[in-house]
Amino acid sequence: MIGMNKELLSVSSKERVNQTYKIETENLNAWFGTKQALKDINIKIRANSITAIIGPSGCGKSTLIRCLNRMHELVPSAKVSGKVFLDGVDIYSKNVDPVIVRRRVGMVFQKPNPFPTMSIYDNVAAGLKLNGIRDRKRLDEIVRKSLEQAWLWDEVKDDLDKPGASLSGGQQQRLCIARALAVEPEVLLLDEPTSALDPIAASKIEQLIVSLKRDYTIVIVTHNMQQAARVSDYTAFLYLGRLIEYDVTAKIFSNPREELTENYIAGRFG
Amino acid sequence: MDENMKYPPKFFLSVDDFFKYILGIISGLVVLTLFFMVLELFRHSLPVLSLKFVFGVNWNPVVGSEEYGILPYILGTMVTSVIAIVVGVPISLGIAIYLSEMAPNFIRTTLSFIIELLAAVPSVIYGLWGLFIFRFWVRDFIEIPLSKYLGFLPIFQGEPFGLDILTAGLILAIMIIPTVASVSREVLMAVPNSQREAAYSLGATKWEVIRLGVLSYAKSGIVGAAILGLGRAVGETMAVTMVIGNAIGAAALPTSLFKAGQTMASLIANEFNEADPTSLHPNALVGVGLILFVLALTVNLFAQVLVWRILKIKEGAVE
Ligand SMILES: Nc1ncnc2c1ncn2[C@@H]1O[C@H](COP(=O)(O)OP(=O)(O)OP(=O)(O)O)[C@@H](O)[C@H]1O
Ligand SMILES: [Mg+2]
Repeated sequence: MIGMNKELLSVSSKERVNQTYKIETENLNAWFGTKQALKDINIKIRANSITAIIGPSGCGKSTLIRCLNRMHELVPSAKVSGKVFLDGVDIYSKNVDPVIVRRRVGMVFQKPNPFPTMSIYDNVAAGLKLNGIRDRKRLDEIVRKSLEQAWLWDEVKDDLDKPGASLSGGQQQRLCIARALAVEPEVLLLDEPTSALDPIAASKIEQLIVSLKRDYTIVIVTHNMQQAARVSDYTAFLYLGRLIEYDVTAKIFSNPREELTENYIAGRFG
Repeated sequence: MDENMKYPPKFFLSVDDFFKYILGIISGLVVLTLFFMVLELFRHSLPVLSLKFVFGVNWNPVVGSEEYGILPYILGTMVTSVIAIVVGVPISLGIAIYLSEMAPNFIRTTLSFIIELLAAVPSVIYGLWGLFIFRFWVRDFIEIPLSKYLGFLPIFQGEPFGLDILTAGLILAIMIIPTVASVSREVLMAVPNSQREAAYSLGATKWEVIRLGVLSYAKSGIVGAAILGLGRAVGETMAVTMVIGNAIGAAALPTSLFKAGQTMASLIANEFNEADPTSLHPNALVGVGLILFVLALTVNLFAQVLVWRILKIKEGAVE
């Protein structure tokens, strides 16, 4: 355990990329215009693990995960430097197509953003159709499975042709989860996926996240410490754009190395 | 607190109420004017209104053998407007997509400004340009080739001349582009970025993002913009009158795009001046006006409803 922690924490640029890590960042910096939102982030994320990202509001959690699938650069004036390896390949190198990166690294956003005029069915099927899947039977199956996983099927199974905008906020968030699951990415980035949900739906989503670990690598941003402790294997604590501490979740919550981390977890700020 | 504030002096009406009622009365007057306009149009056209008026093709204002059928002009209006929409809307949408989704900021601002300016060009200027320049382009670059290669089709019959239904439709297409393009651009720019991001996160390419995240969200607004353009095309008068060739009666039936034609608006513009007040000719022209009015009103109403619907969806959606 101790050995692994060391390995997690000490990233040097010369180190050979290890295949058991799904994602690795190397001196990742991100800006909005002149404002620097991330400062020299070095983090290694293991395949088939759940990593929680915690930290006070505005510390850069969303920005960090948006750098992992090249969404950050879509904001006008946004800038990135450093490297992000996905299976050992730097996704920011010139010959990498961001479209392919985003197909492999799916995302659920902090604010639910279903396609409001499209039907519930078409929302879930949207990504599949981009991948050229047209077979109605296959689409039906995947749509159903994804909605079941997102714990939404029972509520919408009779209204699949209703528009996405007709759902409640929490239902919309689950629809977005189903939409992301449908394309079966390798990595799933979840930005506070349960903040709009009632406790029952939230706990179902937590169960889902844990069950997905077998097939996916998951990074979840959360403000809920209990949630981070319950579902994640590793926890990263960000503060003012810096990665303060990154370790096995149990360690972070029982015996953090940094005082800052301890204060944050104890609810003394943030 | 000042006593005066607590108990404002009692006039017959407070200042606020006074303005409220004044504005209410003015708004009421506008509606009333519209109502009386329709009523007058209807009253004056009553002597000629009949099925024969709407479906007849002959037009003869000579007293003694008077006959008024306006089908050719109804069809002329429809055909020229459809050409305007079919040609103008895709171009406008292309411009709107470019401006909202692709153009760098500097080009976006400049080009949007120029397009808004184009909407302010008086239609008689489009007419002059159409008459002296554009019709020769249409004849040489569109009609002659079409006639050569597709001349066997009924809609391309006749000698290309350039003062005809096709030229009128194309002038209309050009005239509606500023309106349709700038309304569509605004509709597209109103699409929240989170929609584009949703599409990107599924691995969409730029064009797929536009289709999935932008156009699907904005589609009813775009249809609204197109119908707004249709409304303009239906009622447009001066430029059409100058290039359509002004045929009368059965000759004005739009059987070929290369024929001189006539729209309801251009007919009124051509004849109001020479109508004999003792004949039914003025009544017939007012009747044409009534039908044009109803058509334009319906089209605009439809557009308003569609634009209104997209605004409602926008409010309802979680951003
Ligand atoms: N579009 C933007 N333009 C400019 N600055 C931004 C933008 N988005 C975020 N920022 C800034 O970047 C910093 C990091 O933002 P980020 O959204 O990553 O924080 P976060 O940790 O996800 O916060 P929260 O918990 O509130 O979601 C913040 O200081 C924020 O003000
Ligand atoms: Mg955030």
